[in-house]
Amino acid sequence: MSVDSATVRKIASLARIAMRDDEVEAMVPELNNIIGWIEQLGEVDVTGIKPMTAVIANTLRWRDDVVNADPQTGGNIRTKILANAPAPEHGFFGVPKVIE
Amino acid sequence: MMTNLTDLGIAAIRDGVRDGAFSAREVATAFNANVAAARGLNAFLVETPDHALRAADAADAARVAGDLKPLSGVPIGMKDLFCTEGVPTTAASSILGGFTPQYESTVSGQLWSAGAGMLGKLNLDQFAMGSSNETSAFGPVISPWRRAASNAALAPGGSSGGSSAAISARLCPAATGTDTGGSIRQPAAFTGISGIKPTYGRCSRWGVVAFASSLDQPGAMARDVRDCAIMLEAMAGFDAKDATSLEVAVPRWEAGLSGNLKGKRVGIPLEYRVDGMPAEIDALWESGIAWLKDAGAEILEVSLPHTKYALPAYYIIAPAEASSNLARYDGVRYGLRDLPEGAGLQDMYAATRAAGFGPEVKRRIMIGTYVLSAGFYDAYYTQAQKVRTLIARDFDRAFESCDLLLTPTAPSAAFALGEKSDDPLAMYLNDVFTVPSSLAGLPAMSVPGGLDAGGLPLGLQIIGRALDEQGVLNAALAIEERAGFTARPEAWW
Amino acid sequence: MVSSYRVKGATGDWEVVIGLEVHAQITSKAKLFSGASTEFGAEPNAQVSLVDAAMPGMLPVLNGECVKQAVRTGLAIDAEIHRWSRFDRKNYFYADLPQGYQISQLYHPIVGEGSLLVETEEGEKVIGIERIHIEQDAGKLMHDQHPTMSYVDLNRCGVALMEIVSKPDMRSPAEAGAYVKKLRAILRYVGSCDGNMEQGSMRADVNVSVRRTGEEFGTRTETKNVNSVRFIQAVVEYEAKRQVAVIEDGGKIVQETRLFDPDKGVTRSMRSKEDAHDYRYFPDPDLLPLVLTEEFVAECKASLPELPDAKRARFVDVLGMPPYNADVITSDVETARWFEALLAAGAEAKAGANWLTSELFGALNRLGKDIVDSPVSPVQAAELLGLVADCTISGSLAKQVFEAMLETGDGAAAIVEDRGLKQTSDTGAIDAVIDTILSSNADKVEQYKAGKEALFGFFVGQTMKAMAGKANPKIINDLLKKALA
Ligand SMILES: [Mg+2]
Ligand SMILES: [Zn+2]
Repeated sequence: MSVDSATVRKIASLARIAMRDDEVEAMVPELNNIIGWIEQLGEVDVTGIKPMTAVIANTLRWRDDVVNADPQTGGNIRTKILANAPAPEHGFFGVPKVIE
Repeated sequence: MMTNLTDLGIAAIRDGVRDGAFSAREVATAFNANVAAARGLNAFLVETPDHALRAADAADAARVAGDLKPLSGVPIGMKDLFCTEGVPTTAASSILGGFTPQYESTVSGQLWSAGAGMLGKLNLDQFAMGSSNETSAFGPVISPWRRAASNAALAPGGSSGGSSAAISARLCPAATGTDTGGSIRQPAAFTGISGIKPTYGRCSRWGVVAFASSLDQPGAMARDVRDCAIMLEAMAGFDAKDATSLEVAVPRWEAGLSGNLKGKRVGIPLEYRVDGMPAEIDALWESGIAWLKDAGAEILEVSLPHTKYALPAYYIIAPAEASSNLARYDGVRYGLRDLPEGAGLQDMYAATRAAGFGPEVKRRIMIGTYVLSAGFYDAYYTQAQKVRTLIARDFDRAFESCDLLLTPTAPSAAFALGEKSDDPLAMYLNDVFTVPSSLAGLPAMSVPGGLDAGGLPLGLQIIGRALDEQGVLNAALAIEERAGFTARPEAWW
Repeated sequence: MVSSYRVKGATGDWEVVIGLEVHAQITSKAKLFSGASTEFGAEPNAQVSLVDAAMPGMLPVLNGECVKQAVRTGLAIDAEIHRWSRFDRKNYFYADLPQGYQISQLYHPIVGEGSLLVETEEGEKVIGIERIHIEQDAGKLMHDQHPTMSYVDLNRCGVALMEIVSKPDMRSPAEAGAYVKKLRAILRYVGSCDGNMEQGSMRADVNVSVRRTGEEFGTRTETKNVNSVRFIQAVVEYEAKRQVAVIEDGGKIVQETRLFDPDKGVTRSMRSKEDAHDYRYFPDPDLLPLVLTEEFVAECKASLPELPDAKRARFVDVLGMPPYNADVITSDVETARWFEALLAAGAEAKAGANWLTSELFGALNRLGKDIVDSPVSPVQAAELLGLVADCTISGSLAKQVFEAMLETGDGAAAIVEDRGLKQTSDTGAIDAVIDTILSSNADKVEQYKAGKEALFGFFVGQTMKAMAGKANPKIINDLLKKALA
């Protein structure tokens, strides 16, 4: 697969990273270089091999349905939630107006 | 009175405070002074002398009260990837500019509970993406080491380069690191210190800024193996807040230390003899083999056939996870917001992320987004995860015939700042020996083995079975006892 | 059953094809991956944890209750329960999605294929269910609080949802409505979702396409977050007509996301989701695969209540209830629960069902109350019905007594006693009245005896009137027959 500037633009848009034309052009050979290199993985015969799901054998634990059982992962901490907000507004996060 | 308190490691400080040889406050004051005097290294992003002094005073009081804790009196450095309550945390990225966590990461919290104090937040590669510390938005850390007869600024390794530089320059006796593909081991090797990445799941990731979730693992960095064992004991442990945390007891690694390797079989992986490896690295490896034999271990050759595919698999999996993990930096709830005149929500995202992320972070987000995008997912991501299964299986098979593996940590000694930063691929290849064990989640450690011709440190890597940190630490100790590594950088900063 | 619903186009009839993705909020106290409360109506951003706000370094931990409820729901629709499932990340950028991805299940959902039996006026039909997966809800955006800003509230963010995806098996608005009602009934029986559509605990993405009968499926549109049965049906009708008009004008249907405007009754293209088609799903590396044991699934199964279809069949077959009453009573879990409490308190099934569907429903309607808030309890109602059954009061008096119960909250027996409403079975007293009535209506007695039998009702009425309604009608009948013989 070879990446062209249109692809870079599309990927940058998906990733929400604004890029000037010169940045796009600079990224084309860089990505091609890296992607060309990772494509050697295609050589590996993976017939019958399952993709890795857990690197160390372990099963998913569940927690009990208890509100604020651990204050570090519970609610009622609005001040903390909004403490770093660039535009806190009456208890909300403010963002530029969205038209749905 | 002691010669120089900042020459002491964790065990010596702990024991000295306990025995009344010096006070914890004296120790903290000495390290605070070193930190302040070494700003030219750019190792610390935030200095927290008061935190260190408060913990020291608590330690001195605890000594009087007779309830000293495992790390009472020990001031440490905290990689700025760990969220620390009330102390700015940036992951060395402008996108987290001004962010002050309202919470404490599990690992840092455990260290404070164990009595440690914080000297400051350590610089790193931005979002832990890098092997030289040059991707930090706040400038690279400069290694305290210099090549013989040269003033060229060298890389301290990465991503835990602030940690490695600070420890080797005696700015702190120990520091936390995180390792995704070698970010503890490679900087440890570059700066002549020890560093251990435990088994994936040993240390909680809760409160650690995520790079690649299936690979990220906090670990310990210090000047010797014993100090790594002490530090890791305080950091490790089950955490119900991390679904990948292992529900197993933390062994008493320090108490279990022994450099006697009688009955241990150490495998030498054939495939790690890569093309163009410097003769010095090869020679170091041979020395390592000799030292382990001398310690009683049996040496045998083993094969890890999929080794050459580890790096390309890593450079699919890690960027893919990162592209998603870093989607939360959008300028809505914290950190940087770039809102150009008249911009809508999506424009704000794109502007914020363009302004906030550095070039290497953008590059990896782009790769990760690309490999996950429609039509490519199976060819790249699924294929990489299958190869990962094969790599893990290689290790399983090798560990049928041996207990530990010995390899070099990195293919070279520290390179100069700027030497590889124009060629991402060349930089990526620096992790060739550390990435496979990361993909398999195995414990691995770098320990200093010697110096290259230019007088720069070289590291040896020990890889163990899952949960066998003790075996790894013991083999590293056996090397440490025989390598006689005493070199340290002369203070020029 | 084949639906006869067709959209009449200029060029002929069109069939509509409907698939529904119902998002049902799982009944749980805490969120899917954090310990924040799910309760409705809190202050903005009050029920938000560091995890929900996607602070750096925060990690999800699964709420086991949500797994249990999804499995129970799957079992209730006879679906396959996957012993191995997994959470994937669906990546997109929006202000209501702090992580920049929704944790969902694309590749390996917890529940596989199942089905639902629905009934419309045209008959019964089985609607296939493709899958049920567990996922996080998003936050809320408010657009009308500030001239240039939208406000983000993350209280809903991270609340557990089941997404129940039907097959494209529905062919009319009526079928879509019946499907949603039946699904809602089952969720409420199981207790996995409260089914409250007004509060948004159940809402549907409505997929609609049109085709000529027998042809391939057409291109579909997806109208998001429709939150009432009526609106769902309106979306189907509107979209089907719109699509037919587009196609007949030589246009093409674009596969897109649309929004329903309930005020205007129309759908429109959703601008904000225009380019959100590449979600870059991949397994969430913060969560391990979800593995269910046989024991766990068996426990879920054992915890299921009798479901509406089974209950309806039992009411008809065992209790001998008319199918209509059985339908009405079993279609909502609270009604069924109330009715069964009524039976448990001693009421007779048929009379109880009749009374509930006419008297009680009528009263609740008037009062604007749900059955759970009924001012009369099942035990009180059983007492009332008992007084009718043992002829203490007549059916018509029972209505009066019921009104009095609603007003005063007193028991039926007490009201009957206090107000002297007890029906008399004293044959002597009734006979005396009958004598008077027959003698003062001698002409009518003659006509009756001559064959005008319809007058019998007149004598009953007169007697009852003279007894002030308090005579046992059966005794009046018997005594009158004797007296007129
Ligand atoms: Mg949908
Ligand atoms: Zn959904």
